[in-house]
Amino acid sequence: MVSQAARAGDSAKKGAANRKVKLSVRNLTIRYGDVVALNNANLDIYENEVMGVIGPANSGKTSFLNAINRMSDMRSNMTVEGEITFNGVNIRDWRNVYALRSRIGVVFPLPVGLPMTIYDNVTLSPRLRGITDKRVLDETVERCLTRAALWDEVKDRLNHLGSMLSGGQQQRLTIARALSQDPDLLMLDEFSIAVDPVTTMRIEDVLKELKSQMTIILVTNLVQQANRLADRTSFFLNGEHVETGETEALFEGRTQDQRTRDYIEGRFG
Amino acid sequence: MSDITAATTAEAAGDRLDKNWMIDKGLQALMFICGFSAIIFVLGIFIFVFKEGAEFVAHKMDFAEFFFSPKWRPTSLSNPTYGILALIAGTAAITALSMAICLPFSLGAAVFIGEFAKGKTREYLKILIELLAAIPSVVWGFIGLAIMNPFIIKTFDVPIGLNVLNSSLILALMAAPIVTSLAEDALKAVPDAYREAAEALGATRWQMIYKVIIPAAKNGLLSAALLGVGRAFGETMAVLMASGHSINMPTSMFDSVRALTATIAAELGETPVGSDHYQALFAIGIFLFIITFVINLAADLIVRGVRKG
Repeated sequence: MVSQAARAGDSAKKGAANRKVKLSVRNLTIRYGDVVALNNANLDIYENEVMGVIGPANSGKTSFLNAINRMSDMRSNMTVEGEITFNGVNIRDWRNVYALRSRIGVVFPLPVGLPMTIYDNVTLSPRLRGITDKRVLDETVERCLTRAALWDEVKDRLNHLGSMLSGGQQQRLTIARALSQDPDLLMLDEFSIAVDPVTTMRIEDVLKELKSQMTIILVTNLVQQANRLADRTSFFLNGEHVETGETEALFEGRTQDQRTRDYIEGRFG
Repeated sequence: MSDITAATTAEAAGDRLDKNWMIDKGLQALMFICGFSAIIFVLGIFIFVFKEGAEFVAHKMDFAEFFFSPKWRPTSLSNPTYGILALIAGTAAITALSMAICLPFSLGAAVFIGEFAKGKTREYLKILIELLAAIPSVVWGFIGLAIMNPFIIKTFDVPIGLNVLNSSLILALMAAPIVTSLAEDALKAVPDAYREAAEALGATRWQMIYKVIIPAAKNGLLSAALLGVGRAFGETMAVLMASGHSINMPTSMFDSVRALTATIAAELGETPVGSDHYQALFAIGIFLFIITFVINLAADLIVRGVRKG
């Protein structure tokens, strides 16, 4: 309850008018071959907000994330039309797609502990960008693991294989790795799918803290998770962006579309 | 009434050895025999080779001469000597140079097929490379003799084109398909999630391959390389035809040499069964057997390491 009140306070303070748009999506259509995964989506995501994205399977949520960091470049059958503007620049105008991706942290549904040490997992991104100073890397490891609520559990075995950690720990390691690049935008794709409820709550607490430092897109199949975390929530259904609204309003039943209300109240999907 | 009947039938079924049960047991036995026969054959070859060479190794062989003398003169009437150092050096030189040529190309090819090539290109490349593995070794030997020989003589202005370089090139081409397809399998075994994770961190294609994929596939790649070494080491016919087959301690890649395998192939048919020479050839066989065994074992242990770690 406290967090809900705090959240309401937050959004009131910001005010709808002077919110800064972090990511703007216009007429976004994503296709795999002839199959349309997302059709003509339009929405804005504001700075330092948690945007929840809910919807049943196959509604285009993951495709939406893949379009944002241009993972579509690597997939020959995936075509993206429309405009996505990140920090005021069309993402297609980033000539160096790797620089774009290093501004955006991604956490996948299944934890991916890369088969290297915990230390190397967290420092991979800085090392890719050419940072070799041991002190900087040490500091990054401690900072990111602490922010991901994993430091206390692994600080004595940083040289162990990251892929040998438990599922929940690997997922927090993935979050630490995503944070190591100091992203402006953190995208989480159903992060709690392979994580136990206790770890899920810990990660949710982490996300609440991170909100002050970055924008978060939280794709989730748990409607209540969106309710707990998101400032605003978008509902996707069968490749259609049905609506986006204040989470509180949506969960109190003030939806523009009946389907959103039905989904939130568990009447289908 | 009907319930009781059903129960009794079910119980009876638990005790009856029906057709499916018999087929299952029969096939199990058949598979067991097939699997076991492989062990028996390997063991049989092992025992045969050891039996033929054992007497020589135990009683007549001078270990120091055998391993450290370059003089292989088994047919000398007055004083036959059995030193295989030159043969070891020949085999080692050919194997080393062929791997130096083969490994970079094979790994490069595997990375290209596994990570860069798409759709049709990838399929055609794989088929072509596997086709390369199907060429008989005597054909490779013929290529060495008829094409590479004059080519090397002309290009490098050396008197003889049948030498370490020639046989190494041939062996590199022969080992390449095996190393490439095994290395590609190792790369393919790396989960796509690793690729996506690296991409999402802003890694370039090359960084992804170099920092994530290759380390993850390290053991598989190493075992592919070792099996390539085993292939080069054990090859006989092509080496016999392309190496020049003359006993020499090689000092450059343009020297003709003789390989351990080729020596056995060339001489075994002309020695009286049971003679010292015959037994010495089997002693070489034992030596080859041990080395190939060690190489294969190492490759196997490395792959096991992959599964564990």
